[in-house]
Amino acid sequence: MSASEPVTANVASDAPGRPGRFREFWRYFRENRGAVAGLVVFALFIVVAILADVIAPHSPTQQFRSALLQPPFWQEGGTTDFLLGTDPLGRDMLSRLIHGTRYSFFIGVIVVFIAATSGILLGLIAGFARGWVDTLIMRLMDILLAFPSLLLALVMVAILGPSLTNAMIAIAIVLQPHYVRLTRAAVLGERAKDYVTSARVVGASRLRLMFVTVLPNCLAPLIVQAALSFSTAILDAAALGFLGLGAQPPTPEWGTMLADSREFVLRAWWVVTLPGIAILVNVLAINLMGDGLRDALDPKLKRS
Amino acid sequence: MTGSDGGAPRDRASSAPRDGSNGAAPGGESTGGESTGDPARPLIDARGLSRRYTVSGGLFAKQATVRALEDASFTLSAGRTLAVVGESGCGKSTLARVVTMIETPSDGTLELDGHRVEAGGLLDDETRSALRASVQIVFQDPFGSLNPRQTIGRILEEPVLINRPDVSAEERGRQAREMLVQTGLRPEHYDRYPHMFSGGQRQRIAVARALMLEPRVLVLDEPVSALDLSIQSQVLNLLVELQERLGLAYLFISHDLSVVRHMADDVMVMYLGRVVESGSAEDVFAHPRHPYTEALLSATPIADPARERTRIRLVGELPSPLDPPSGCAFHPRCRKAAGTCREERPTLAPEADGRTGSMHRVACHFPVGDETGDLRRTDHADR
Amino acid sequence: MTLLDVKGLSVDFRTANGRFRAVDRVDVSVERGDVLAIVGESGSGKSVSMLALMGLLPWTADITSEHMRFDGTDLARADARTRRRLIGRDVAMIFQEPMSSLNPCFTVGFQIREALKAHLELSRKARQARAIELLELVGLPEPERRLRAYPHQLSGGMSQRVMIAMAIACQPKLLIADEPTTALDVTIQAQILELLLDLQKETGMALVLITHDMGVVAETARRVSVQYAGQKVEEQGVHALFDEPRHPYTAALLAALPERATTRRLPSIPGVVPGQFDRPTGCLFSPRCTFADERCRRVAPDVAAASLGVARCHYPLVNGVAQKAAS
Repeated sequence: MSASEPVTANVASDAPGRPGRFREFWRYFRENRGAVAGLVVFALFIVVAILADVIAPHSPTQQFRSALLQPPFWQEGGTTDFLLGTDPLGRDMLSRLIHGTRYSFFIGVIVVFIAATSGILLGLIAGFARGWVDTLIMRLMDILLAFPSLLLALVMVAILGPSLTNAMIAIAIVLQPHYVRLTRAAVLGERAKDYVTSARVVGASRLRLMFVTVLPNCLAPLIVQAALSFSTAILDAAALGFLGLGAQPPTPEWGTMLADSREFVLRAWWVVTLPGIAILVNVLAINLMGDGLRDALDPKLKRS
Repeated sequence: MTGSDGGAPRDRASSAPRDGSNGAAPGGESTGGESTGDPARPLIDARGLSRRYTVSGGLFAKQATVRALEDASFTLSAGRTLAVVGESGCGKSTLARVVTMIETPSDGTLELDGHRVEAGGLLDDETRSALRASVQIVFQDPFGSLNPRQTIGRILEEPVLINRPDVSAEERGRQAREMLVQTGLRPEHYDRYPHMFSGGQRQRIAVARALMLEPRVLVLDEPVSALDLSIQSQVLNLLVELQERLGLAYLFISHDLSVVRHMADDVMVMYLGRVVESGSAEDVFAHPRHPYTEALLSATPIADPARERTRIRLVGELPSPLDPPSGCAFHPRCRKAAGTCREERPTLAPEADGRTGSMHRVACHFPVGDETGDLRRTDHADR
Repeated sequence: MTLLDVKGLSVDFRTANGRFRAVDRVDVSVERGDVLAIVGESGSGKSVSMLALMGLLPWTADITSEHMRFDGTDLARADARTRRRLIGRDVAMIFQEPMSSLNPCFTVGFQIREALKAHLELSRKARQARAIELLELVGLPEPERRLRAYPHQLSGGMSQRVMIAMAIACQPKLLIADEPTTALDVTIQAQILELLLDLQKETGMALVLITHDMGVVAETARRVSVQYAGQKVEEQGVHALFDEPRHPYTAALLAALPERATTRRLPSIPGVVPGQFDRPTGCLFSPRCTFADERCRRVAPDVAAASLGVARCHYPLVNGVAQKAAS
């Protein structure tokens, strides 16, 4: 037995068969049928959004004067030219819905991006700085949270003027406090851990600690929040559009489509109901997916 | 593989000249590795180290001061292990944090490898960087001390990346892989993530990371407490081997007296933030002078059912650092407490013990061994 | 009649990565008034087997056994009502983390009285009196005041005493203590262990102590059962176990104790306990055993005779040497 033997003692068995993190995550996610269904629908919507120009039978803004308020093809008076009928200005519903997915995703992505980026940054700063900086940021966020989100968005849009861009900015500001709180909570939890202290002992600068050491470990709740606020963003944009303060006509955004068609609820149900269903299905799919994500990423629910 | 080393048993007593000194005795230290400069100068020289926290009592209560660490003095030389023992609230973890400069001392001075750290004094970046290369720390929890999102390679390279930016990426990788081998792992572990390793292996990785900057002193905060017994011995053997090969000095913090007995050259016993007894491990364990040390030794279970034990039963709970008892902090639970103990706090007095000629210090008005007769007796009702 | 008679207990967990056998055909038997220590490291299944007995495992666990008899009743086959009557009253359990074992929202008194209410027919006054009596039994000073305290106001040692009080409230015949002192300081540990032994002597109840600390085993147990990777590998009286361990794992564990070290280097057991993904064929300890040979690696060993400590080994040790008959 040489002197070095105990050091290089057999450390061979280091779990060679243990599957990777992603596969384990997928296994949990997959069990939740609702979440998988949500994911499938969501993916379908993405495909539709990307291929909108190809799939849509007509242009979304082209007005067919000869076919105003035509019902869907399965009703009397409907034709297969306009599968889902036309709106009061003669525009094809199907094409408008298809192009609407683009706007929905555009809105979702931009809003979540802005809210998450600024929210995470503020959350990191609050979590690390502590003291008066922390208090200031959190009280600001508390003020933002105290307002009903739509009301705040309304006020901002009223100040900045009605347009889709302004609506998105307003919604992003309103969604931001959630990210700040989540990030700050996660940061406070991780900061106390030994690996962060080790990094400090080794000489990591504040910035490095924030972005390289701690942030990657806080991502799980943030990913879930991003998925869920995607749907919130779409809903809020639709609401603003409905009130005439978001996307302006003739943009085929689903909420805006609803705004023009309130009066047709009894006469031409398809003009009102179809955009509503589109919003419903989309938001439901995203929420199911988000719930599934949260359950799969939460370590306490893990079984092994 | 379960036997001990073949050949002549390398007894601890023969591995280093044992003069039992607690500090910088000339010619007493380095068993291996060259210490730069004066070999007699200790790597750590702490005097009167203190760390206090102010805890706010809320809006209506006044602030309280927690004396987490009070007036600790010790020295540590290359190739030696100083163990710090005590229970919750004794200040050993605070000591570890102060020595590693995670926190600055409220009082006292700390000299690390020639650099001086004083209470309230600010260190410039260069000194900090130099000190980082002198002292590093290994934590207790193998599952929390490694960043779960980084590969082992990145974890090991990070210290070099931050402190020695002139080292090329290739060279860093080479150093990391070499360190893996030195701590008993394999170079292919470089690309794996911490969750793929067992507790014992993660502690090895933690040790490897601590050694990347080639420190002279390693602070080990309960490094094996969270490990199984069979893994404990693997990691302890690794530490012993590294100490011999690299001439490291260890500040070994533990509550497990059997491990301490095995590893330590010198021992410091702490209670409620103060050092109550210190001396060579041999002395302190064989002839404890402070009643608390005695009780601690007595309470530690021995894995031998045939041994007759008369236990010194300690009554009561550990006091809270927010509300320490007057005088000697141990007096409410001490079997020898008398009036003086309640009024006056004993100071750490050096006592040259005639038997071994060592420097054995104890902070007690009535140290154990002063009375004749039986040193250990169970003590129930005279409280 | 043996108080606790468990035979062939196996627990499988349904995990995301397949089935995992945490306990493999373990036998446990405890007489009245006996003190049994179950020793093992992490992954040995020592806690899981007792939790299975108490019915405290999650839904993903599949429990199978030949029988699990407590005081004559087979717990494995009994209905839920019978179980509820026995568990918590005649057989009680205390856990490792006293600080988190108590409900932080309720006072200590409420929780003790709740335990009494569930199992005993006592008036409210009688419950309060019994609660005070229990706290005195476990050595808590000022019991009336303590009853009104909330768990966060108690220290670790005091919380563990409260847990013990709750456990013995209904005078159980068997108390299972799962690492009761691991989270406590060593001087408090000594107090708690002494309390448990005193209570055991006074009430005559049986005590099963689950631990990984060989020192605690030596000082408290009368009999010791050693578990490794879900299997029971040895069981003997405490003196016999420490003098003459029969299974190589037990011998290696004892040799690895720092207090038995004669040299600077500790004898260590190479390798790690097999987890879910690297279970060896044959004997589970064979990859790490000094005495293992081809037969050990291929064939799972049977249980040896009682004189050889019921060691699960092909070649149980005699005087520290594996007896390999020339075959």
